[in-house]
Amino acid sequence: MRVSLFITCLVDQLFPDVGEAMVATLRRLGLEVSFNDAQTCCGQVAFNTGYRPEARAMAEHFVRVFESDLADFIVVPSGSCTAMVRNYYGELFHGPDDGEWRERLTRVRSRLREFSEFIVNDLGVENVGARFPARVTYHDACHLLRELGISDQPRRLIRAVRDVDFVEMESPDTCCGFGGTFSVKYGEISNAILQEKLARISSSGVEYVVANDSSCLMQIAGGLSRAGSAVKTMHLAELLAKQ
Amino acid sequence: MSLPDPDLTQRSHAALENRVLQGALKAATATFIERRREAITSVSDWEALRQRARQVKEHTINNLDYYLERLVEKVQAHGGTVHWARTGDDVSRYIIELARARGVKSVVKSKSMATEEIELNHALEAADVRPVETDLGEYIIQLAQEKPSHIIVPAIHKTRAQISDLFEEKLREGRPNEVAEITAMARKRLRNEFLSAGMGITGANFAIAESGTIVLVENEGNIRLSTQVPKIQVAVVGIEKVIPRFEDLSVFLRLLPRSGTGQKQTAYVSFLNGPRQAAPESGFEFHLVLMDNGRTRILADEQLRESLYCIRCGACLNVCPVYQKIGGQAYGWIYPGPIGAVISPQLQSLKQSGDLPFASSLCGACRTACPVDINLPDLLLALRAKSKESGSGKLSERAAMRTFAFTARRPWLFTLAGRMMRVFARLLTREGKIKSAPMAPLSDWTQYRDLPAPTGRSFRERWKKDRHE
Repeated sequence: MRVSLFITCLVDQLFPDVGEAMVATLRRLGLEVSFNDAQTCCGQVAFNTGYRPEARAMAEHFVRVFESDLADFIVVPSGSCTAMVRNYYGELFHGPDDGEWRERLTRVRSRLREFSEFIVNDLGVENVGARFPARVTYHDACHLLRELGISDQPRRLIRAVRDVDFVEMESPDTCCGFGGTFSVKYGEISNAILQEKLARISSSGVEYVVANDSSCLMQIAGGLSRAGSAVKTMHLAELLAKQ
Repeated sequence: MSLPDPDLTQRSHAALENRVLQGALKAATATFIERRREAITSVSDWEALRQRARQVKEHTINNLDYYLERLVEKVQAHGGTVHWARTGDDVSRYIIELARARGVKSVVKSKSMATEEIELNHALEAADVRPVETDLGEYIIQLAQEKPSHIIVPAIHKTRAQISDLFEEKLREGRPNEVAEITAMARKRLRNEFLSAGMGITGANFAIAESGTIVLVENEGNIRLSTQVPKIQVAVVGIEKVIPRFEDLSVFLRLLPRSGTGQKQTAYVSFLNGPRQAAPESGFEFHLVLMDNGRTRILADEQLRESLYCIRCGACLNVCPVYQKIGGQAYGWIYPGPIGAVISPQLQSLKQSGDLPFASSLCGACRTACPVDINLPDLLLALRAKSKESGSGKLSERAAMRTFAFTARRPWLFTLAGRMMRVFARLLTREGKIKSAPMAPLSDWTQYRDLPAPTGRSFRERWKKDRHE
């Protein structure tokens, strides 16, 4: 089976280790992994900030890049970017003359998978052969949970990691306060929400917080670091790559 | 009353600095979330019920003219008078003229967001008609000369100690300390008001078209009294409150109390069918004021129309991480939380409250909690787009987004820009972290959080290198 990576701009530019961990994990599962370097960004930042013509331009680029790709699946290490393409691209191609774009989008979208959803639902795998002797908790990234309905798959994958001590924090499904440009437009509110999350992470007594979205992890890590906490963040792909 | 700060950032800053408010909000929202969670387990298929409610609302809103006409016919057939009000001023004018014509000096009011929306109390006071709020929360808010901070719990931001202080200062009958003493003091005052008022003003939770019935849901019994004691009865009803049939009411009466207060049912549900005695010489009157005040504007927009499905339960406020932190008053108008961020810019204007849709992390907890499954995140996004279409926003932001979109369509430029960004970021790195930055938006981030130190190469650069080695 061949998979093509949509690595997301944030992972590409700031967290390349996450992308490499995803490659390592997928290869360990016997998949042929490819990366089309014409890809850039899904356009969610522009869309969520209200700039639809700009978002549309980026969506067109995304569709063009991935429709030419012949892989069986397009795998994404982010619930948020997956949700953008799956749930919101339609709103960017809703014009009366966009019929052809909608068809092209549908063809690309049908192959698009979020990382944990792909492993558990499409491959039917829970134990990816990882080992990590540490106490970890899981943060439900909002778009992964509520836009894509994915909460069980990441937990199954974590529990199947050898030697992992998985504990749930209180209210793992509440927002970390990131919210894209919200995190800088309303930094003080964003931080107040983050502090609630950090308090729950802290009281769970873990060494690592795992999530499937580098944006949430950047927010949580930024808060932990500022507070001088010893707790570390880790993308699910990084956990699954550990051996 | 002091005017709220015009800037949302400053209003929320004040709220975040207020430790008493923070404590009150945290306790209250947590309690309501827990009660709701508990209450919805008593419905065998909650999801099916909310989808049914959504269908009813969708159908009614799409055929609003038809159902409003049926409602009006029925109310008139029962001997009620119907007044169509285009604006809030129309509503106030009608009620003031009615009060003057009947020699009414004071009115008792039940909790009504519609009358809060149009600031009816101010208009009545200016016309020498004394309004008395009879819902305990609203009574507190009226004494404090504030605006409600929650759709169903107007004084959610106040602690018991603050209310004790307020009663001591305003009512001058000593300091009530226990909740029972506070309610007893309010009850004693309000009883006299009920008996002397010439008019009772309510809102409506639902207006049933097929029977011309106004339905009011409450726990305190004050609505029952304000609709039973004064001879003249006025219901101020937003046009979106109509539902087709009694049968539909059973759907909403299961959803509303569970979503709002976390109750299976409220202590009282009142049904008003016109004046208590139809004969004009009896002196009993019933007036239905159907209020537009911007609602037909929302109706005209096919995408935003869904905003009118709201049944004002307040569930989206309680689960909203932003509301939990800044409370209701920081939103600047009477509708707070996610639904407030959606309807305020539409009922007022994007110019007045267009910043509200941006004050959300788009976490989607609101949609999950909504008993009619309103897609609140999608509505917030639509309003953000409208706001940018209308040209609002900083020029620097617009330029940045255009540049980003331009770059993102040119992979070579994207790679180059990324490299430059990381070089710049490395200049700011100290001990593996970026703790401060010289300019926005980076400095808006580092004011509260660290940024990770950038890595040497991007994923795409590493991939290319691995390939060539």
